Amino acid sequence: MKDFLWPRRALFQFSVVVIAFAISFVVAFAQSTSNTMAEGDHLHHRHYTELAKVPARARNRHNPLEGDSDAVAAGGKLFEHHCAECHGHTAEGDRRAPSLRTREVQLATPGTLFWLLTNGVVRWGMPVWSKLPEPERWQIVTFLKSLPSNAQTFPQAAGHGRSQ
Amino acid sequence: MVTYDHYLEEPGNLEIEYFSTLGTQRSGNDFHAYWVEFEYGAKAWWTTELYLDGQSTFGDSSIFTGFRWENRIRPLQHEHFINPVLYIEFEQINEADKIIKEVEGHDVESDHSVPNALARQDLDHELELKLLLSKTFKGWNVALNPLATKNLLPSDPWEFGYAIGASRPLALKASPNPCNFCRENLIAGVEMYGGLGDTQSFGLHETSHYLAPAMAWNLPSGWTIRVSPGFGLNDNSHRLLLRWGVSREFSGFGEMVRRLFGGHP
Repeated sequence: MKDFLWPRRALFQFSVVVIAFAISFVVAFAQSTSNTMAEGDHLHHRHYTELAKVPARARNRHNPLEGDSDAVAAGGKLFEHHCAECHGHTAEGDRRAPSLRTREVQLATPGTLFWLLTNGVVRWGMPVWSKLPEPERWQIVTFLKSLPSNAQTFPQAAGHGRSQ
Repeated sequence: MVTYDHYLEEPGNLEIEYFSTLGTQRSGNDFHAYWVEFEYGAKAWWTTELYLDGQSTFGDSSIFTGFRWENRIRPLQHEHFINPVLYIEFEQINEADKIIKEVEGHDVESDHSVPNALARQDLDHELELKLLLSKTFKGWNVALNPLATKNLLPSDPWEFGYAIGASRPLALKASPNPCNFCRENLIAGVEMYGGLGDTQSFGLHETSHYLAPAMAWNLPSGWTIRVSPGFGLNDNSHRLLLRWGVSREFSGFGEMVRRLFGGHP
């Protein structure tokens, strides 16, 4: 049996771990707050350059749900649940993530968007979404392609599909 | 429940979970172990978690058993055929801990028959390393987690363990309408986990192994409920470990804190 050091020593070590946890939170937090709006624009530009890095084979993949109105509605629901927190409820982007209504995104092939959704842009903060089944990722792509480029309103189908 | 896939918490999100394990004990009293977990997505490649553990042994007492600080780091930028994540955890847990977050070394059922007053005096400081390997294909996620644990006392050997699991959503397509109890929100799976001995005696013997079906229900509101009955596969294992957890994800928690301290939207 070891010396009975609990709870004084344990309390100290627990405090150390809580402080370390808090520091890791603050470090991540401070890095994110250091992005001013101007820097945000620059960061978003970096996001768009990722579109050009998608492998040709992936870029040319056909969307199996293209033209499926249910897929637009379902994709809208999934977008609201998984993407809207960063990209905004109207997909026009905010400080953390770029607009998905820009020409760069709207002119991208469905395969390009699918690949980026699957692989994320981990370096710049977008997580991988391969945990969503492939058909759900295609539903999101179908929804994104249904959005008007930099327009003011959501398509009717997308509004219908939103969960909140 | 025990097996990790390679998916991390989304950056800026905080998840709080209450998780419990109800265990049967042949040579002692049954128990109810639990933790509260705070999981934060620090980056898209880094998730950090704090666990506070406790347990109640029927006919004995309820005690706080320690804490863990866990970090998961994704070293690769893109998805690959197999996706690795590095798992590093520091834990300060006393011998009364019964949550069985994983099985390591020669963990056996009789370890948990020691009275709380005695077991709590034996305090362990451990470093735990895991390699989380995971692959998702056609809706199925298959994950393998080898682990190595070292009590920070120099005399203690490295201990080893494993967890392997597979899971799949009950529907691969989302329905167009909002729903709570629909197949796309339910995930079913099965996992197996156990010990692999230590550096002095490596292998599947003299340790415990479990097989556990699992079910998760993800609600669009951010709540998740998980249930898993685990069945011991040998005489060293508890006959039944009934695990369940309820968690709530707070999207944009980091952003909320930022605004609280005067950050601009």
